Amino acid sequence: MKIHEYQGKQLFHQFGVKVLENRVSRTPEEAAAAFTELGGAIAVVKSQIHAGGRGKGTFIENSEQHGVQLVKSADEAREAAAAMLGNRLVTIQTGAAGKTVNQVIVEAGCDIARELYLGIVLDRANMQPVLMCSQEGGVEIEKVAHETPEKIFKEHFDPAQGIESFQVRKLCKKLGIEGKSVRAADKFMKALCRLYVDTDCSLMEINPLVVTGDGDLVALDAKINFDSNAAFRHKDWEEMRDLSEEEESEVRASAAGLSYVKLEGNIGCLVNGAGLAMSTMDIIKTHGGQPANFLDVGGGANADQVTEAFRIILSDPNVKAVLVNIFGGIMKCTTIAEAIVVAAKSVGFTVPLVVRLEGTEVEEGRRILEESDVELVTATDLGDAAEKVVATLS
Amino acid sequence: MSILINKDTKVICQGITGNVGEFHTRGCLEYGTQMVGGVTPGKGGQTVAGLPVFDTVEEARLQTGANATMIFVPPPFAADAILEAINAEIEVVIAVTEGVPVIDMVRVYEAAKKSKSVLVGPNCPGVITADECKIGIMPGYIHQKGCVGIMSRSGTLTYEAVWQTSSLGLGQTTCVGLGGDPIVGTSFIDCLQMFQDDDETEAILMMGEIGGTAEEEAAAYVQEHITKPVAAFIAGRTAPPGKRMGHAGAIISGGKGTAAEKIAALEAAGIEVANSPADMGAAMKRAIEKAN
Repeated sequence: MKIHEYQGKQLFHQFGVKVLENRVSRTPEEAAAAFTELGGAIAVVKSQIHAGGRGKGTFIENSEQHGVQLVKSADEAREAAAAMLGNRLVTIQTGAAGKTVNQVIVEAGCDIARELYLGIVLDRANMQPVLMCSQEGGVEIEKVAHETPEKIFKEHFDPAQGIESFQVRKLCKKLGIEGKSVRAADKFMKALCRLYVDTDCSLMEINPLVVTGDGDLVALDAKINFDSNAAFRHKDWEEMRDLSEEEESEVRASAAGLSYVKLEGNIGCLVNGAGLAMSTMDIIKTHGGQPANFLDVGGGANADQVTEAFRIILSDPNVKAVLVNIFGGIMKCTTIAEAIVVAAKSVGFTVPLVVRLEGTEVEEGRRILEESDVELVTATDLGDAAEKVVATLS
Repeated sequence: MSILINKDTKVICQGITGNVGEFHTRGCLEYGTQMVGGVTPGKGGQTVAGLPVFDTVEEARLQTGANATMIFVPPPFAADAILEAINAEIEVVIAVTEGVPVIDMVRVYEAAKKSKSVLVGPNCPGVITADECKIGIMPGYIHQKGCVGIMSRSGTLTYEAVWQTSSLGLGQTTCVGLGGDPIVGTSFIDCLQMFQDDDETEAILMMGEIGGTAEEEAAAYVQEHITKPVAAFIAGRTAPPGKRMGHAGAIISGGKGTAAEKIAALEAAGIEVANSPADMGAAMKRAIEKAN
C-alpha cells in the first residue's frame, strides 16, 4: 500500500526524522494562505500523487507546468497550486494517462548544501532490511544502481536492534558526511530504521536527503510503501489510504478479498493461485491473445467471491472472452462450478466462456457444469484452454 | 528415498480446530499420511478428525512423537506458531498460512537458520512425497511415484507441473512448495542440494516467478553443484512492473526481477526452460533425454 509524501512526512515527524514545515492545500487559496503562514521568502509547491518523478513531470493540460515549483510570494503559490490542482500530472512512473492532483503541499524553503539519496528495503537475498545511501541524490536511483552500483552504499540491520552507530559512521565516511553532521545522521538514520520496522514498511525512500548549510540532515521527500500483510495491526492505514489513487476495479477486488490487476488486453482471466494466474496470462500471449487482467481468487474463496470476480472481469468493456482456469487445492472445483452457474444467472455472460477445471472435487464440478444450461466451452488442459479462448475471438 | 518427508513421518497440525486446518488434516489422513495430532492453544483435550488436540507443540511432540508439523494458524499468530514449532525441535516445519508480515519473517528466518528445524513456507501449499506422505493442501490424486523432484514458488502452478509429469509417466519423488513470500524458510538452493543427494530423484523441475533473484542464484548453483538434469519455468513474462501479482514476493521493482532476466540466467546455466506453462513436463523430459 502506498501513501502520499505529506503522510510520510507526518510519520517522519512523529519518529523524530527531521522534515521541513509544510501545509496540505486542496485549493489555490489555501496554498496562498499556507505561504503566508510559513512566513519565509520562498516555498515549494509540490503535487501529491502516488508516483515519483514529479519535479520533471508535466501536466497534460499545460506542458509548461511541472509537478513541483519554487514560489516567492503568496500570489505565486496560489497560481502554482491553481495550475496543478485538478489537472493530470504525467511522470516517468504514471504512464501516459497521468494522475489527477487533488492536493498539493506548500513547504518551507531550505538552505541546501548537498543532496543525497537514502532508501530502506528488504534485501531478499540476505533476508534482512538494508539501508542504502548514495551521494547521487535527486536523480533516478534505479539508473545509479544499474550503471554505477559501486556508488550505492549498504548496511543491513536486524529489525529488533535497528542500525548500529558504527554502521552509520561507516556510511557517513563514504558519503562524505563529517563533523557534527555525523551526530545528526546517527539520530536521523536510527529513527528511520525504527520507523521502517515499527510501521511495517516494505519500502522507504528519501530522494533527496539534504545536508543543510549548518550541517543538519533534512528529508526533503518521503516515499513510503507499507507491507499489506501487516494491515491487521495498523488500524490507521485505512485512513491514510487514498482510493482515488487506485484503479476502481482493483479497489473493488481487494474489498472482496481477491487479487486483481487490470491489464490492457481483451481476454479476462479467472484463476486460483498467483503463479498459475501469471502463467495463464503468459500462455494466452503465447497463443497470440492479450490478457485483460490478472485475477487470483485465492485458495479459500467462496461462491460470493467468485461471483464478484466474474462481475469485476465483465465490468471491463475491453473483455471479449473469459478464461477460467482452476487447479483445485484448497479451492474445490465444485465451488467454482456452482459460482459459474450463479454468475451466469445473476451477471449473465455476454462473451464466450472457456473453462478448464482440475484438482479437488473435479468430477463433481464438471458434472455441475454439464447439468446446468450455462453455455461454455470446456478445455482439457492449459494449452487447450488458451488455444480455445483465443480462437473464440477470431 | 525422498526428501524431507516419507512414510515414517509423524505429523501434527497447528491450527487443527479451524475449518481449514481440519479439512486438510482429513485430506492428509485420506492420503495415508501418519497424522498423529493437532495443536490449538486453549483447546487441549478435544478430538478433531479422530486425533488428539494439545495446547502446546512441545506437549504434542512428547505425547505423539511427531517430527513434522503443518501450520494453518492465521497471520497475526503465524510467526509465533512457527517459532513454537522450532523451539519444540520439530524437524520439518511446514507453514501454509498466507499473509504473514515480512518483518515477522525476518525474525523467524533467523531463528530457523540457527535451529535444527527445516522451515518450508510460509504461503506455500506444503510438501508431498508421492504415495507416502502428504503435508499440505495439494490434491493428492494427481501425484504418481516416479523420478522427478519438483520445487516451486507457486502452489497451483506446482499442481500443473505434477499433473504434466504424471501424464508423461515420469512421476515425482517429492514436491516442495517453497512459498510465494519475499522471505521463505527453504530456498531453491536448499532444495536443489537435497534433490542432488537423494538417490531416487533423477531429475529436478523448478517453477519460479517474477520478483527477487532466487532463480538467478539457483541457476548459478546448478552450474556449480548439480549433476542431475534440471528444467525450469518462470511465471510472469506478461506481468507489468511495479504491481504485486498476488504473491507478496511477485513484484518487479526498480526494473529488477523480470522473467526475461531469470530465463536468461537459467538458460546460461544450461537449464532447459519451458516456453509455456503447458510445456513444463515436456521440458523435463527433454532435459532428461539430453542428459542420457
